[in-house]
Amino acid sequence: MKRARVAYSGALHEATPAGADSIRLADGRVVAETDVVWLPPFDVGTVIALGLNYADHAKELAFKPQDEPLVFLKGPGALIGHRGATRRPADATFMHYECELAVVIGKPARRVGRAEAMAHVAGYTIANDYAIRDYLENWYRPNLRVKSRDGATVLGPWLVDAADVEAPPQRALRTLVNGRQTQSGHTRDLVFDIAFLIEYLSAFMSLAPGDVILTGTPEGVVNVDVGDEVVCEIEGFGRLVNRIAGDAEFGRGGTVSSQGAKRESA
Amino acid sequence: MSSPFALWAGPRIEVAPFRLSGTVYATLLNHRRSLEALGDAVAAAPYKGAPKSVVLAVKPCQALVAPGGDMQIDGGAEALEVAAALGVVIGTTACAVAEADALGHVAGFLVVCDCTLPRAGHFRPQIRAMARDASCVLGAAMMARAEVGDADTLAMRVFVDGALAQSSNTAEHVRTAARLIADVSDFMTLMPGDLLLTGSAPAGPRVRAGAEIAIEIDRVGRLETRVVAGAARLRA
Repeated sequence: MKRARVAYSGALHEATPAGADSIRLADGRVVAETDVVWLPPFDVGTVIALGLNYADHAKELAFKPQDEPLVFLKGPGALIGHRGATRRPADATFMHYECELAVVIGKPARRVGRAEAMAHVAGYTIANDYAIRDYLENWYRPNLRVKSRDGATVLGPWLVDAADVEAPPQRALRTLVNGRQTQSGHTRDLVFDIAFLIEYLSAFMSLAPGDVILTGTPEGVVNVDVGDEVVCEIEGFGRLVNRIAGDAEFGRGGTVSSQGAKRESA
Repeated sequence: MSSPFALWAGPRIEVAPFRLSGTVYATLLNHRRSLEALGDAVAAAPYKGAPKSVVLAVKPCQALVAPGGDMQIDGGAEALEVAAALGVVIGTTACAVAEADALGHVAGFLVVCDCTLPRAGHFRPQIRAMARDASCVLGAAMMARAEVGDADTLAMRVFVDGALAQSSNTAEHVRTAARLIADVSDFMTLMPGDLLLTGSAPAGPRVRAGAEIAIEIDRVGRLETRVVAGAARLRA
């Protein structure tokens, strides 16, 4: 089963697919998917993200494989749903998408062993975890200014029940920018697989229903510009659409941001 | 299978008169001695220069301990390092606010006892050291902004088993509270009930199971907790 959360006609609704371009609300109404506001498809708890978790992407960024996963956390404001807009600051020269398999926890996990780990997964969704490389610094890298930006982590459209998916998922994933494929990979190439990550994390940090693990991205990240449409796909899970917006749309045009001002004086 | 739509909300954290949102950001390397202690290493690999932007860590709700609860140590850890911090409680939504307006978004201040595994360096996020279950104890009462006055001249003291173990002052911070709010809100909107820890002096005291910790911040308050092995008592 696939479930979404959307806003329509003054309320929030659970929705399911109804043909190629429509969705069915829980109250029975069938509406065009472009006539609703898509939210992340579940109440999101702690957002956990992996860096350098595909060997080819690590090589692309000139990093050696690690012996411990590179894990970082995001704040709740980072999340937006399908068909949302993500701001590209005017001073950025390299902002890129990252198509990722997102694993949603369904039952509390504390010191869970590898053999039992997959039983704690409720389902899966698609994540597009944007990064702005201009803001990378080598202190607690990747720093929050790169990875926990308002509206720069797109999640959805659907929560796909784990019961309907092979464990672990063996799926192709890819990104298209303005209709042209720029990134492709396969979840079989994860350096640290889902069961390992649940075992590793739950040894020191309990996982709870609604927590989500963004499992990293394969190679093929390219710069995106204002106006671009970015679509992240995972085989059988759907397509997650996002649009790149400029500063002006967010009222940032014409004034120097505080970070910008500080950088000039530093 | 349990539904992920029924969100586990973590410990319910009431800090009179506020209920915190559960979103907590800790500012790292904001004490002048933090970088001084690293010396020439700051310019060398892997850092290649002092940080320019604000450096932060997310404290997940799993790590938070409601007022009156215990600090937990387990999972193979022998000792934790205490990072005493002043917590800024956000009162009104702050997005891209100017430094001059930043304090207007503050409801008040809180004493926070954050603990981490001792860290070898500052290159990677190291959540295994910094996002541990029940590792961040929150003070019982928020002191209103007007009662505290200048938040950038507050003396802080850490006591372990009754003995003074560390002293510092928010005047030693690189970024003031207002500057921090401005810099953070430039890329992350701060919401009512969010908590922003303004930084800790480096090389905090190490504590083991059984230790009693007390943290005092002038004009803000005093927090007491103890370190227990195994699953912590999350609420008093």
